[in-house]
Amino acid sequence: MRFLLVEDNADLAASVAARLSMDGHAVDQAASLAEAEDCLGAASYDLILLDIMLPDGDGRDFLSRHRAAERETPVIVMTARSAITDRVDALDTGADDYITKPFDFAELEARCRAVLRRRGGAAQTRRSFADLTFDPLAATLVVAGDSRDLRSREVRLLEVFLNAPGRILAKEHLIDRLFSFSEPVSDNAVEVYVARLRKKMTGSRARIETVRGLGYRLTAD
Amino acid sequence: MRQVAFAAVLTLLASLRAAMGFEIEDDLRFGPPDATPLEILSTTDFVILEPVITAYLQQNPARSLRYVVASSQEVYRAIAEEHRAFDVVISSAMDLQMKLANDGLATPLPAEALRGLPAWARWRDLLVAVAQEPVVLILGKGALAAQETPPSTRRELLALLRDNADRFEGKIGSYDPAVSGAGYLFAAQDARLSDTFWRLAEVMGRMNARLYCCSSDMIDDLRTGTLLVGYNVLGSYAMAWAKDDFQVIELEDYTLTLLRTALIPKSANEAEGAADFIRFLLSDNGKALIARGAGLPAIEAAAFDRNTHLRPIRLDPGLLAALDRVTRQRFLEEWRAAMVQP
Amino acid sequence: MAVSLRRRLVWQLLALSAILSVALFVAVRIGAERASEVTMDAILGAAAQNMAEELRVSDGGVGIDVPSGTFSMLAAMGEERIFYRVDVGQLTVTGYEDLPLPEKVPTALVPVFYTVPFRDAEVRIAAVARSVRIEKTLRPALVLLGQTREGQRSIAAELANRAALLGMAVFLAAIPISLFVARGLIRPIDSLAEAVERRGPRDLRPVRHPAPTELLPLVTALNRFIGRLRGTLSQTETFIAEAAHHIRTPLAIMRNEAELALRQSESEAARDRLRRLIRGADDAARSAGQLLDHATVLYRAEQADLAKIDLAEMVRAVANRLHAAAEMKDIDLQITVEEPLPAEGDAVLIEAALRNIIDNAIKYSPSDTRVEISAHRIGKNGEILVMDRGRGIGAASPELLKRRFRRGENVADVAGSGLGLTIVAEAAEAMGGHFELFAREGGGTCAKLLLPLS
Repeated sequence: MRFLLVEDNADLAASVAARLSMDGHAVDQAASLAEAEDCLGAASYDLILLDIMLPDGDGRDFLSRHRAAERETPVIVMTARSAITDRVDALDTGADDYITKPFDFAELEARCRAVLRRRGGAAQTRRSFADLTFDPLAATLVVAGDSRDLRSREVRLLEVFLNAPGRILAKEHLIDRLFSFSEPVSDNAVEVYVARLRKKMTGSRARIETVRGLGYRLTAD
Repeated sequence: MRQVAFAAVLTLLASLRAAMGFEIEDDLRFGPPDATPLEILSTTDFVILEPVITAYLQQNPARSLRYVVASSQEVYRAIAEEHRAFDVVISSAMDLQMKLANDGLATPLPAEALRGLPAWARWRDLLVAVAQEPVVLILGKGALAAQETPPSTRRELLALLRDNADRFEGKIGSYDPAVSGAGYLFAAQDARLSDTFWRLAEVMGRMNARLYCCSSDMIDDLRTGTLLVGYNVLGSYAMAWAKDDFQVIELEDYTLTLLRTALIPKSANEAEGAADFIRFLLSDNGKALIARGAGLPAIEAAAFDRNTHLRPIRLDPGLLAALDRVTRQRFLEEWRAAMVQP
Repeated sequence: MAVSLRRRLVWQLLALSAILSVALFVAVRIGAERASEVTMDAILGAAAQNMAEELRVSDGGVGIDVPSGTFSMLAAMGEERIFYRVDVGQLTVTGYEDLPLPEKVPTALVPVFYTVPFRDAEVRIAAVARSVRIEKTLRPALVLLGQTREGQRSIAAELANRAALLGMAVFLAAIPISLFVARGLIRPIDSLAEAVERRGPRDLRPVRHPAPTELLPLVTALNRFIGRLRGTLSQTETFIAEAAHHIRTPLAIMRNEAELALRQSESEAARDRLRRLIRGADDAARSAGQLLDHATVLYRAEQADLAKIDLAEMVRAVANRLHAAAEMKDIDLQITVEEPLPAEGDAVLIEAALRNIIDNAIKYSPSDTRVEISAHRIGKNGEILVMDRGRGIGAASPELLKRRFRRGENVADVAGSGLGLTIVAEAAEAMGGHFELFAREGGGTCAKLLLPLS
């Protein structure tokens, strides 16, 4: 997916961009509303991540203009201000969703998926492996023509495996991707979700292998 | 020598009189001798006030009472000039009583005793009328012929006298205003009320009327036939005698009504007792007893409503004019001029 | 001790009318005495002149007719005592020889009046001068006529007493009148107060209510105060927003960087540290957020900005916003809303309450469970229930949990500030509602929020 990140704080912008790139997304950065307009003129984006407080204006004004110009690109507002009031305002001015800084990337991805799903989705987000077809937006897995619904954590787990097929992924690494850091996690939590995903993949050539003592690996026969 | 002796006696009498002060006619004492008496100075003979005084003493057995009778001038002198310590002064000389009150020689009377009295019967709270009596005309036997009716007005009296000049020649009597205080008061009031008075004076003068000092003398002469007509006679004296001796007539154009008044002098020792006595005189019982003694109606406003010819002599400082030396002189000069025909 | 303006006004008006009635009494007393004195002097003067005209010369000397009618008349006015004296040359012809002479010799036309003590009384005397010709010489004659004025004085006193009664009546009448006047005077103040009271909590415009001139300084001061308050409030709001921004942005950078490092690090020990770092950042962000939310709630509770809202719509919207968070944990949000639930309230406060309740339920629910959210009408209230299958509230009393910074003993492993439930309780209270927390049958917690409907 291609993101436009409108954020004036360079450090924050860099970290968000790096994190999104790590998951295979393309990110263009804009440090001001003017730059954002330039970018929007030059390319088309799947999603805009918009900060509210920008050096040359208020993100909400940009949002209003954006909506007035009937541009379809969905917008998720990133706010760092008081949780309560900004949210109401941002939604009133036409943002698709908002997220309060600091945020969990998993949550950001989930929100992005939700927004894109609501907007009718983009086909190019579908991914395939062996005889599996995975649509993260629709949270479906098609095995040999048979479509199966996935739960949120199963989607995330599958994405992690699909991002690194054939690689051994440590259990701790998977925990970090599946659970929030402030959430208590039991020892067998990963096993539970791997077992569920294996079940959803039944009948496929692809499978998740347990590499004893190291972790798990997505392979195909 | 006799003349010298007479002069000496006169001088002695004069000096005695000066020492004794005012001249008294009677001095009576009642009640327990050791008690301090309530001293009453009066111009009225005791007989007239006897019923009321007796009743008062019966009601107050511990009280003793001294009753002194003097002429009105002497009564005035006793209080105004000699400041005698009398407790009650009763006098028929309204003018002199008024002068005592006006000159500040009287003490206020008890207010509750004056309550309900008509205005003409008192002056302020200093002087109060205890009895009223009309000043009347009396006609002796033989004054009227068989077919004649007694005169009811001064005009009729004048006509009667003029028409029968022979009958009344020397047989008309009246007060001498130059001598009698009461006579002067009546004459002055007559002159004030009616012009007829001067014509009456002229007629009386022409007929050689006799002049008297007192009502009693006039009545005496009337009873003996010396007089046929007595003009301005005090009603109380007239009533005291049998009606068959002479006729008492209240003239209907007007009949002066004299008020006997009482006051408490400032010089009184027994002001409390005096107030008590006056309260008794003014009580219904007291008024009735006075009326009985005088044979006259008691003080009552209704008497004047019933008999419109009755005129009370006004009890106010207007009376002072009657006492004025110069005015009196002028009046008497006029009166004499009317009486003595050239 | 505050003094009632109305009472003070009434007292002052009463005092004023009391003074006025006393003044009326005194004025009438003096006025009546003076008026009657003038009248009686005129009569006395006329009587004296009348008497002087009776002076005539006869053969024997000077004669005078003392007019008894005049005396009667003079005395009749209040039963006065009468004194007179007639002098010709240096000689007293008649009357009271000791009646005091005037200090100033009167002229023939104008009588002289004077008051002297005589025979235990105050005597007002009119003196008239004449001249008489006796034996071809002109001799001055003086006529004095005096009367006491006791009756006149008692009439004046009676008049004054009547005036005093009138004054008393005025005084009594002044009581309801002054109450009425006081009410009338206070009314602009009341209406001003009412106008200020009626304003919305956000209405910080200057007061434009018409007020009497005397109240303008108050209105000006009030407007100045409102201006300062407006400044302070906008500063507070700006401060809250700024504070949030300044805390959250570095926290976001820190968290992002830590997460990136975690992804890239192979050392399990370093990764563990990074996890703790992220957890710390989450804790800090959450605490900061709730502190600021709490401040906002407190500030809003003081002056709620009431508007017409639909509770059902709000519950649905807030639940939907939190859908993503629930999805992260594979938690189903089951929303059952009876619509509409119109209410009058502060949307910000209610949203804060709803978000904290649902957020709490999600936070403390294990994965793959269901959080049931329902809103329906119960009597005059809207009842919002949020039920989870979480760990419950443990041994802590529900009342205790609502207190500030108080957390359940069984939640030490979950990030939280302990302010969430406090915010809910305070927001509910500010809206005239009620918040309750109790254990759910079959495990978990049930949060109940009651808010009055319109």
